[in-house]
This record gives sequence, C-alpha cells and structure tokens, in this order.
Amino acid sequence: MDLEIRNLSHHYDKLEVLRDINITIPSGQVVCVVGPSGCGKSTLIRLIGGLEQPAEGEINQIGEPPQGSLNPLTYIFQDFALLPWRTVEGNISLVLEGHPISREEVASRIANVLDRTRLSDFAHVYPKQLSGGMKQRVAIARALAVNPAVLLMDEPLSALDSQTRELLMDDLVSLWERERFTACYITHNLNEAVRLGHRVVVLSRRPGEIRETVDIDIPLSERKVDSPELARTQTKLWEMMREEALTADRQLADA
Amino acid sequence: MTDSVSGTAGAPITDDAPATEAGGRRSVPFRGGGFAPKPVWYVAPLMFVALVLLWEFGSSNGYISPLVLPAPTEVLGAFSDLVRSGMLAKHLQASLTRLVIGFACGATLGVLVGVAIGLYSIPRSAFKPLVAAIFPIPKIALLPLFIIWFGIGEGSKVATILFGSFFPMVIATYGGIDAVDRNLIRMGQSFNLSRVAIVRNIILPSALPAILNGMRIAASISIILLVAAEMIGAEYGIGAYVLLAGNLMATDQLIAGVATLSILGLIVSWLISLAERYFLRWRA
Repeated sequence: MDLEIRNLSHHYDKLEVLRDINITIPSGQVVCVVGPSGCGKSTLIRLIGGLEQPAEGEINQIGEPPQGSLNPLTYIFQDFALLPWRTVEGNISLVLEGHPISREEVASRIANVLDRTRLSDFAHVYPKQLSGGMKQRVAIARALAVNPAVLLMDEPLSALDSQTRELLMDDLVSLWERERFTACYITHNLNEAVRLGHRVVVLSRRPGEIRETVDIDIPLSERKVDSPELARTQTKLWEMMREEALTADRQLADA
Repeated sequence: MTDSVSGTAGAPITDDAPATEAGGRRSVPFRGGGFAPKPVWYVAPLMFVALVLLWEFGSSNGYISPLVLPAPTEVLGAFSDLVRSGMLAKHLQASLTRLVIGFACGATLGVLVGVAIGLYSIPRSAFKPLVAAIFPIPKIALLPLFIIWFGIGEGSKVATILFGSFFPMVIATYGGIDAVDRNLIRMGQSFNLSRVAIVRNIILPSALPAILNGMRIAASISIILLVAAEMIGAEYGIGAYVLLAGNLMATDQLIAGVATLSILGLIVSWLISLAERYFLRWRA
C-alpha cells in the first residue's frame, strides 16, 4: 500500500503550520521528513495517520493493506507511549484486544513480535524496569503486532542517548532488510535521515514547505557510519537546513 | 614550583589548618546532602510511649488534675469496661454499618459523577461549578435538614456520611482524569481502540492513584461526620458513646471513645495503603 499526500496545508486558528505539501510514500520504502524544530513535522505525521484533520488537501491510501493487517497506519511515538501499569506483554495485547481474533492468535502474535524484536525474555516486565532503548523496542514490537501497512514514526529515537540510538538504528535497518516495511520517519536528526531514508524530504521553517527532496540510492545495509558518501549527503542537507534552523530558532512560538 | 608558590604567599602553614597540606592542597569541603527527611520506624512508637508515660507520671503525682485529664490507667479501665460489657461491639457495629454504607455509596456515586465530569462536556459544565459550590459547606450544618428529609433514624446519619465522602471523591476523580497523559490517549486512538477500551484501559488506570488518594481524604471526612451524625438521636455508636460520656463529664470514657475513633481512622488508612500497594504495584 502506498500513501500519497496531495496539496496539504494546515493551520491552527491563524497560525499557518504547513503549506502545500506533496509527498508520496511508496510501498517498501522509508521516507524521512527532516526540518528545523517547530516546522510542523509532528503536525504532518499526525495528519498522515488521521489523528488530526487537514485544513486543505488530501491524504490517500493507494492499494489494499496486506492481508491480516489490523491497523494499516500504525504509529511509533517519541515518548514510547507505553502503559506503565501493563507488562511488556500486556502493552502489546492492549492493541490486539478489540479485534475479532482468538486468544491463541493473540498469544502467538505476541510471541512472534517479541521474538522478532528479541524481547522474549522481557515479556513479563513492567516498562519502568526497562531502559529507554528497550522501551522503544517494545513500542516497535507493539506496532508490528497489528501487522501495519505503513509505520508512522514520530522522532522515534529522539528521546534516547546517542549510543542507544546507534543500536536501535542498526535494529531498524536489519528489521527493514527482513520485512521491507513502509515508513514515514520524522526526525530533526540528519544522521538518522541519511542512514534510514530511501528518500529525505527537507521542510522549511514554519509554515513548513518542501524545500528539497533527496533520494539516497545506497542500500540501507551498506550505509556505514563513516561512509564518505553519506557524510556528503548529510552536509548537503545541513547546508539546506542551516539557515532555516537559524531563523526558526528566533521565531516566537505563538507568533 | 609548589614551594615557591607557598613561599611567595608568605602565609606560614600552621597547625590551625589541618586540612591544608604543603602546596595548598585541600580536600573539597562537602556541602551537599540534607533536605531529605527519612522515616525512622522506632521513633513514632517511642514518642507515643513516652507521652503516655509522662501523662501517667503527671496524673499519679498530682501535676495533672483528674478533672482536667484522667490518667491513662483510668482510660484503659474505662476501655476494658467497655469491652467486657460487650458494649464496644454494639457501638462499633452501629458505627461501622453507617460508615461502610455511607462511604461506599458516597465514594461510588462520587467516582461516577467524577468520571462523567472528566469525560463529557455537558456534565462537566453542569456539575463542576455545583460541586465547587456545595463542597465547602460543612455537612454538619445540613444535619437538621437531613433529619427532616431522611428521618431521625439511620437515613440522616448515612446521608451525612454519603454527602461528606461524595464531594472529595468527585473532585479527586475528575482531577485524576484531567491529568491523564494526552499522548497515551492519542496512542489508543492511533491503534483504533474503541472509546470504551480507551476509558477502561487507559483513562481509569491513569486516574486510579488520584482516586485512591481521594478515598483517603473521603474516609477521614466520613469518620469525622460519623461522630457528628451520631450526636443526634443515636442510641448506639461510638459518637453517641462519646457524647454521652461528655454530658456526664466522664472524661475517662470520653477519651476511651476518642481513642477508638483514632484507631478506626488508622485502620481505614492502613486498608487504603494495602489497596494502593496492590493496585499500584506497577509504580513500585
């Protein structure tokens, strides 16, 4: 299933947040959206998944979601959004409970995603006992449990320290290699964008407009931390964003 | 080099400054810590025993007139009379029945109204100002009205406790719901959970700590109101017993009754702590 965003504009009261956004997220690809803080990235991803209604423009699903998909558009949040009173297993079963599937299937789906995210030993642990990286792995497992068509990732690694971020990026790459999932990945971190994105969309400062779209042809698995080509792309992106970020920094939050 | 520094400073190193070594090396003085009082388990019982001993000493040596305050031994005597005559059980049974019914009904209704205020706009607009207006009224002042409305028997007494526990529960419940992490609700919506599932699995568990806290306050208010309610037209009940003792100037019985109430309050508070430890074990 592809996602298509057409002529999307949005405003809160009189504050214009997004202007004329056009993005296509083709099946099996990761599209990263980068932009300075406050440029409307988070609003964009909330609009894409239907958590907010756009003022203008449309967001379309093209094609059918895969068989057995319980929740085609599935989020992974920056703050993990795990229920602290439920164990790892309970947090995953939460999103399966409302669906007409048997108890055995719920159990097997949970076991399956815990295995895929290497969390099987932590099934009965509360989120509080886990590190930030492990919490985000649980959130990823929860997202995989509903067999999504598109993963909507809202700064999924921004709450983690840089070592954990590296580890989880490797995890996401190997996950993509195995499953070829489709994703829209919002971040302000250019390194994440060049490591994980097949395509990087650069937004301007508020109101967010598309400044540039950069395709990166190197396969995800071959993108090494110290690759000079990635470094060049990252520098190019930074040059585009530098001025926007500088101005955005001086922008008033409620102006 | 270090020698020349201490030499040019011209300050001879004396025995008055033991932390100063040759070359001006001193250990950094500690200035953190403090501001973190911790409970020391044996202090409270020790304090209690010391107070009672002091009180007994004062009474038996004539420093405290028996008219002003009876000796602890006398209070103990009154209490054991109460137990032996079987009256304690009778008074407690009457009081606990009123307390349990009034508190259970008041707390249940309070949670229901609190949830309605927390979830829906119309109940919120309708009841929130009403609750704010009625909560500060001392329910004891309304007791005469309750007697007219619900009769001089059990009705008015239970109603007083019910109203007393209802309002703090309403406020605690909607306060807890207002404080639910919006992002958890958004997560629920993003996974297409039904409204009922979001309320049951996300909103109510989030609000539970606040609700249990409200129960603690409501239970204390209930015990205060219990005594007030039993002061009119009650044959049995700890409140009636205390009132009668007061009228007869039987201060030993009065203190025995008051101590019973205090123990009752401690037990209720302990029960709520147990409930917290069970329901909120994910916080530990």
